[in-house]
Amino acid sequence: MSFITELGQYMAENSSDLLALTIEHLLMVVYGIGLALLVGVPLGIIAAKYEKVAPFILSLTNILQLVPSLAMLAILMIYFGLGFETMVIGLFFYSLLPIVRNTYVGIREVDNSIIEAGVGVGMTSLQLLRKVQFPLSIPFLMAGLRVASVIAVAVACIGPYIGAGGLGKEIISGISLQSEVKIYAGAIPAALLAITADLILGRVEKKTKQRTV
Amino acid sequence: MIELKKINKVYDDGFQALKDIDLTFEEGKINVLIGPSGCGKTTTMKLLNRLTEHTDGQILIDGKDIKEINPIELRRRMGYVIQSIGLFPHMTIYDNVATVPKLLKWEKQKIKQRVEELLNMVSLPPETYMKRYPSELSGGQQQRIGVIRALAAEPSTILMDEPFSALDPISREQLQDELVRLQKEIKKTIVFVTHDMDEAIKIADQIILMKDGHVVQKGSPQELLSNPANDFVKEFIGEERLGNNQSLPPLNKLIVKDYPSIPSTLSVEEAVNKMVSNHVAGLPVVDAEGAYLGVISLYKALDHKKASLVDLVDNTVMTVQETTDSNELLSKISGEKSIIPLLSEENKLIGVVDNKKLLEALHQIYKSKSGVA
Ligand SMILES: Nc1ncnc2c1ncn2[C@@H]1O[C@H](COP(=O)(O)OP(=O)(O)O)[C@@H](O)[C@H]1O
Ligand SMILES: [Mg+2]
Repeated sequence: MSFITELGQYMAENSSDLLALTIEHLLMVVYGIGLALLVGVPLGIIAAKYEKVAPFILSLTNILQLVPSLAMLAILMIYFGLGFETMVIGLFFYSLLPIVRNTYVGIREVDNSIIEAGVGVGMTSLQLLRKVQFPLSIPFLMAGLRVASVIAVAVACIGPYIGAGGLGKEIISGISLQSEVKIYAGAIPAALLAITADLILGRVEKKTKQRTV
Repeated sequence: MIELKKINKVYDDGFQALKDIDLTFEEGKINVLIGPSGCGKTTTMKLLNRLTEHTDGQILIDGKDIKEINPIELRRRMGYVIQSIGLFPHMTIYDNVATVPKLLKWEKQKIKQRVEELLNMVSLPPETYMKRYPSELSGGQQQRIGVIRALAAEPSTILMDEPFSALDPISREQLQDELVRLQKEIKKTIVFVTHDMDEAIKIADQIILMKDGHVVQKGSPQELLSNPANDFVKEFIGEERLGNNQSLPPLNKLIVKDYPSIPSTLSVEEAVNKMVSNHVAGLPVVDAEGAYLGVISLYKALDHKKASLVDLVDNTVMTVQETTDSNELLSKISGEKSIIPLLSEENKLIGVVDNKKLLEALHQIYKSKSGVA
């Protein structure tokens, strides 16, 4: 009981610092995923439209995902130095796979008869993509986005090792000071971020799905 | 008009799906491609909007080689309806129907008018249905949308690949009826694929029966029914339908034997008198030996009383030979306004086809076919 009150007290006293860390955390995730969307959606589309390059694109993003997060960040640090940007790049790499793969699958999954109807009424390849294939792949993309954001929130916690901020700062200083309270004060908002992202994006995913079946 | 000339289609895997196809799809007609599964119906249809390319031969659309027409433009000018309906599930009914007009960049107001008009045409009130999504419609309703989506941009040609076969029998019948009714208004060149002979007979102006990439027989439903080219055709049409059709009595039971005729040596005046006293509007004209020369019509005779009979004789009217099968006659006479003389092999006049008897015989057939007592 005393631990919980202690934790509550600590979090209340440091609420503005914690809020700043949370926002920083969220920003890293949003930038990372934003970049991943910017690059990943086109890559997924290219993979879906050009069967030949699909294995190349997919395995590349797969490999990125397989590199252990600490190792990846260390390598990135060699090239990009310490700081916020390096973390964003790391998160970008980590989010790429779910986004590329889900865009790819979403487009490939569109029913053949719908594609035939689109081509049959005289859509160009680009119009087919814009008006039919891409809109119909959005529920898949949303699922990918959901996975990506949960992963990104977690990976962002090791940010302080490469000089980025975020809630990891609180957790890591908790570890070095052997302060359980500090660790929880960092971990709980991080977990809440992940859960919220999961819930919201889950709802969006469901909504987009309704119209596409 | 669409013409296929010596069309061959070999797929990438080496399979020859079409062999030497020669076909004409006439303007404003419903042309039905029919045949067993895998005979090449869909392949033939997809050649027309270049979803597949032919390997050999030539396809002409209004005289223009299809290879010289941009496929995208070609498809926008041709409606396309597929069996699986293929509505865009993420678009409202309005947007689905408006697809091609939007691709063609019509004005908003014009599109709206057109969509509403089309929905009304298939009895789906626009206020109720416009904003719905395809999944909120029944199968029959969805395919109505599929059909009007194809009609939206006023294409001159509509391709329909087994459009009604996935529907329940009642919706299917309804849509067939609607198509026939619609066609009377819109008069498109329709190419319609089916494997259902009843459907083909019901809607077709021309039936093209295919097998293994060949055309086995083509003609009006009546021609196929009355003159199946071989056993395959007979089998495909089915004994039942053939049986019904062959119940037409022989030709010599369907004529007026003592129909009046007039020798060409008499005057027009006399011809008029003869027609008036016999209550007929046309008379066969024969020479001294009784050989048939042609027909004189009452109206023409009245207009040219001073002319000589020979000059007024119309020798282009349809005649039938004694040896003709009655069933064949049926397919020929639709739309024939004149009397139809029946001639012997020596071209002698035997009599005139009796429309009343023919009509009775037809009624008889129709009754047994439709089961109406
Ligand atoms: N893309 C293709 N590649 C190879 N063979 C094909 C292809 N499409 C159709 N075929 C073959 O061509 C034949 C005719 O097909 P299709 O025109 O679809 O027949 P139908 O519509 O009359 O059932 C079939 O034997 C089918 O297996
Ligand atoms: Mg087919």
